[in-house]
Amino acid sequence: MNISSIVFRRFSRNRLSLTALFAVFAIIALALLAGIISPRDPMAIDVHNVLSPPSLAHPFGTDELGRDVLSRMIWGSRVSLKVGFIAVSLAILVGTIVGSIAGFYGGKIDALLMRFVDIMLAFPTFFLILAVIAILEPSIYTIMAVIGFTGWMDVARLVRAEFLTLRERDFVVAAKALGAGNLRLMFKHILPNALAPVFVAATFGVAGAILTESGLSFLGLGVQPPNPSWGNILTAGKDNIEVAWWLSLFPGLAILVTVLSYNLVGEGLRDALDPRLWERESSATRSKGKTPKVSTVDN
Amino acid sequence: MLSYIGKRLLMMIPLIFGITLITFAVVHLAPGGPVEVETEMQLKASAQARENLKKLYGLDKPLHVQYMDWLKRFAKLDFGKSFVDGREVIKKIGERIPVTLTINILSLLLILVTAIPLGILSATKRYSLFDKLSTIFVFVGFSTPTFWLALLLMILFGVNLGILPISGIQSIDVSEMGPLDRLLDWAKHLILPVGISAFGGIAGLSRYSRSSMLEVIRQDYIRTARAKGLEESDVILRHAFRNALMPVVTILGLSVPGLIGGGVIFETIFAIPGMGQLFYSSAMSRDYPTIMGILVIGAILTLIGNLLADISYAFVDPRIRRASR
Repeated sequence: MNISSIVFRRFSRNRLSLTALFAVFAIIALALLAGIISPRDPMAIDVHNVLSPPSLAHPFGTDELGRDVLSRMIWGSRVSLKVGFIAVSLAILVGTIVGSIAGFYGGKIDALLMRFVDIMLAFPTFFLILAVIAILEPSIYTIMAVIGFTGWMDVARLVRAEFLTLRERDFVVAAKALGAGNLRLMFKHILPNALAPVFVAATFGVAGAILTESGLSFLGLGVQPPNPSWGNILTAGKDNIEVAWWLSLFPGLAILVTVLSYNLVGEGLRDALDPRLWERESSATRSKGKTPKVSTVDN
Repeated sequence: MLSYIGKRLLMMIPLIFGITLITFAVVHLAPGGPVEVETEMQLKASAQARENLKKLYGLDKPLHVQYMDWLKRFAKLDFGKSFVDGREVIKKIGERIPVTLTINILSLLLILVTAIPLGILSATKRYSLFDKLSTIFVFVGFSTPTFWLALLLMILFGVNLGILPISGIQSIDVSEMGPLDRLLDWAKHLILPVGISAFGGIAGLSRYSRSSMLEVIRQDYIRTARAKGLEESDVILRHAFRNALMPVVTILGLSVPGLIGGGVIFETIFAIPGMGQLFYSSAMSRDYPTIMGILVIGAILTLIGNLLADISYAFVDPRIRRASR
């Protein structure tokens, strides 16, 4: 049995995480199939149906221009997922490169890179993100880039720590003795063995990025109207807070369910990938006592 | 101990230097400056007028000169004057701090008194229904956008029930109230902001103290305490609790920067005139001196918070205190 099926079997023992994984797939499917699933045109303005409460025709009601909230939420899920995945891929890429170099070479290079990590970690992240986006043009691409470039530090630390222990291991020393170059040692031999914590961090990262994006869109710095995103529907909810509760309730619920699903998958993945738990395994649902590394937006 | 603190303080110097450099780079390498913002409203602003504005703000000098000028003034805690209203940045920040600080200290207290008992209790009753419920609460707490929670509670308490005000930190007629009414008015305005900003923190800290407690009750000295026949409550409260609290002390140090940070979205929603709101409006109007001032102060406070966390940890844990001598 290969390693990934072992990990999957261990993962699926945790029913909560497995349910969350299905939820994640369902949300991705919803986003990909938005054009087919969405009951109405998310942009279609209907002046006769402005701010109408949930009904059969509009299950989640309509917004201040009479547009169908459900359809706008389905299309808006694309934004959240796109930002989540691309921002996190960027963070993983930068973090892995920095962490690999620091952990592999050690010494002065390591010290220098890690001080840079310390400096980046010192900034209040949401303030930094806000400043950069406000100074550059607010757009979904700016958001992806900024979340990515302010979110790589934890990954760098994780990868570095793995490299520090792995580079002394026999298989690396052997590969080196056989004449493997530095790049080959780093990326062919060490990195694949250092990836487990990165996967976990990536899953939590997607959750954090979705939260951050929704906050930025809510402030008007993300997806620009008339294009829908969960965050900017909530802005409409705030503007019509006294009359239209449905504009606030449903998009936020979508964010909560999505982020929660990613966090639960991350937690399950961490347990499944933790080799220390592999031997003393009980079939009981087990929740491990570790602080989930989750970023909440704007606390 | 003193030499340890001294060493740590020395190590902060290059970090602070790096912080100023990144702050400066972030703010200045972007296209479009404050002059563009100020003149784009009036398309007729002549090239001459723009040049004058640039000269006024010192933006016509080469970047490294601007940086050195700023650094020199920064060393004297002079962050310059706001582009927006010409007032001292340090003063603008100073008048926002009390509001944010009040809310954050109250919410930190709320976090401490709820999260620690919650975490300890679910650790001692591991796998119980209570533990499972609190685990669910933790994950929901982590995953809830706080600004959404704020909206919902505003709808419930402010709009539907009409018992709490939904914006600002005091009523308009506050000056006509007696001292007791004034206090009540203030409390009513703060209850939602404080509760909501504590929400995520309660989830985080209770998870943290739970895992810390789980770690402790596995130790030999707990087994010893039980073996010598102590009551379970004595074991937990006198032997385990104090040790489980040690890592929690670290969290206190780490929350120092958050105390003046303030939530941007959250303060915007409740119309609270705090740091978050100031930063948001400064960013929107590209008020470079204010943005830079807040970013640098925030980052340095984080460094100080980290240092405080380490020192207080060494203070409560004799093993570390001995080792660092």
